[in-house]
Amino acid sequence: MNVAPRLTGLVGDMTAPALLELDHVSISYPTPDGILTAVEDVSFKIAAGERLVLLGPSGCGKSTLLRAVGGFLKPSAGELRMNGRRIGAPGPDRMTVFQEFDQLLPWRTVLGNVRYALERGKSLPRRDAEGIARRWLERVGLKNFVDAFPHTLSGGMKQRVAIARAFALEPALLLMDEPFAALDALTRRQMQDELLKLCEETGNTALFVTHGIDEAIRVGTRILALTPHPGRLAATFDVPPEVRVRGSSGFGELERRIQETVFSAAGIDHV
Amino acid sequence: MSDIAAPKLVHAPALRRALAGTPWRRFVILAGFALTWELYACWLDNALLLPTLGATLSALWSAVLSGELPNRAATSLRVLITGYALGVAIAAVLTTLAALSRWGNEALGLLTSMFNPLPAIALLPIALLWFGVGTPSLIFVIVHSVLWPVALACYSGFLAVPPTLRMAGRNLGLSGGRFVAEILVPAAFPQILSGLRIGWAFAWRTLIAAELVFGVSARSGGIGWFIYTSRAQLETASVFAGLLTVILIGLVVEGVIFRSLTRITVQRWGQVQT
Ligand SMILES: Nc1ncnc2c1ncn2[C@@H]1O[C@H](COP(=O)(O)OP(=O)(O)OP(=O)(O)O)[C@@H](O)[C@H]1O
Ligand SMILES: [Mg+2]
Repeated sequence: MNVAPRLTGLVGDMTAPALLELDHVSISYPTPDGILTAVEDVSFKIAAGERLVLLGPSGCGKSTLLRAVGGFLKPSAGELRMNGRRIGAPGPDRMTVFQEFDQLLPWRTVLGNVRYALERGKSLPRRDAEGIARRWLERVGLKNFVDAFPHTLSGGMKQRVAIARAFALEPALLLMDEPFAALDALTRRQMQDELLKLCEETGNTALFVTHGIDEAIRVGTRILALTPHPGRLAATFDVPPEVRVRGSSGFGELERRIQETVFSAAGIDHV
Repeated sequence: MSDIAAPKLVHAPALRRALAGTPWRRFVILAGFALTWELYACWLDNALLLPTLGATLSALWSAVLSGELPNRAATSLRVLITGYALGVAIAAVLTTLAALSRWGNEALGLLTSMFNPLPAIALLPIALLWFGVGTPSLIFVIVHSVLWPVALACYSGFLAVPPTLRMAGRNLGLSGGRFVAEILVPAAFPQILSGLRIGWAFAWRTLIAAELVFGVSARSGGIGWFIYTSRAQLETASVFAGLLTVILIGLVVEGVIFRSLTRITVQRWGQVQT
């Protein structure tokens, strides 16, 4: 059952220049039993300054889409464009924060990880890179852990490092694939709030993937809901700033609306 | 954003700290082994079959003092290190190619499965044909004995690098040799290190075996030649002294070089347990 009509031109403001544009993108994986279409005919745009959230149940192709934007996967049909140019190889203009904790280089300290990313990603000399890295680590509350190796940190702290590393490179588009999914509920909330603050302070454009409705409302300015098998766009929701406040009436209402339109449509009980 | 406080540390008791840093259990085991040897040799009382530890040590001491054993050991080590370095270098080139291209990948897979099971010493006859009796033949077989296990270890280490870490590296725009050198190699370092260890042991075995085989005609032989001549002259204590030298050099390399390499790399990075 399809609740919303097939959506192609989802961007509200058609005059704003699209930073990222997905044009009828399908992505499939070769498997031993045949070709698995993970994402089918998805189109959307992200304007500069937006924080777009891809929301959907497990297996609906959110990570697949994000990897394609990151340049790690090629679409089987359609085209992904960034500033009008087709997306090729991965690059530091699309820094990604992954869900897994093993995205940090274990052989470098916390400071070393961020500094190295700046040296390689932005070709900065070591001294400049170090200064920027220190400032960002301070901003995410890790001042006391700059010399620690990643394996001595908690999961939440590792994600903080990854976030600091991504922001430090000032990417045109920040990609985040459920960065808080492996954290406990309390830490997750705190990290959502802190991430929101960083995003608002820097004005960074972001593409954020999650399966949590509350998380989507909290961090996003716009939410795209996906349905699974294969992943397609189901609906879009704008999130006005006043709704973003946890516990506000608008928050609860939007949560209910998304719940009804998306997850019940997909036949999934989502809590 | 609020800072996360640094964790508080307390000191462990002094005795535990002092003991934790020393391999004292090893010394106990070693002492037990030495005692057993000495007692059994005394009871056997046949210096031709099994000299006592004391006799072995005194043979070792006089061979060291005469300068013969140090010379032999130096000869062996020179050949060994040359062959080892060459083998590791070729392995590095091969695995880099394998990590970067499908063809290299297939080639390495095929070559390692062909040559890894082949004992290096079995190539000695061919080496003697090609290079004649002398150092080049030795180096050839040592390279063979080091190359395949090291390449195999590197390559399976590369394969085991988590996809997220690969993506994190490529995200920074890394590719080619730089990606291999700065992401894959450190990430696979635990496996690479154990490959280097295995390669070192294989190199030693091959070298000693090769020296035993054509020590007969090489004038300035190494430790293998020393063992061979000692046996021919029925100086069993010297044979044991030669073997002991091989073991001691092995222990030093393992205990000093590989151990510190492990400590300053993979242990510090949390890639292996302490
Ligand atoms: N490497 C792969 N090879 C084959 N199939 C894959 C691969 N990765 C993902 N898939 C399939 O593609 C579909 C979408 O996967 P994807 O990881 O994008 O989902 P997701 O929305 O991120 O889910 P989750 O919320 O659980 O992370 C799934 O059906 C999955 O089985
Ligand atoms: Mg996913």
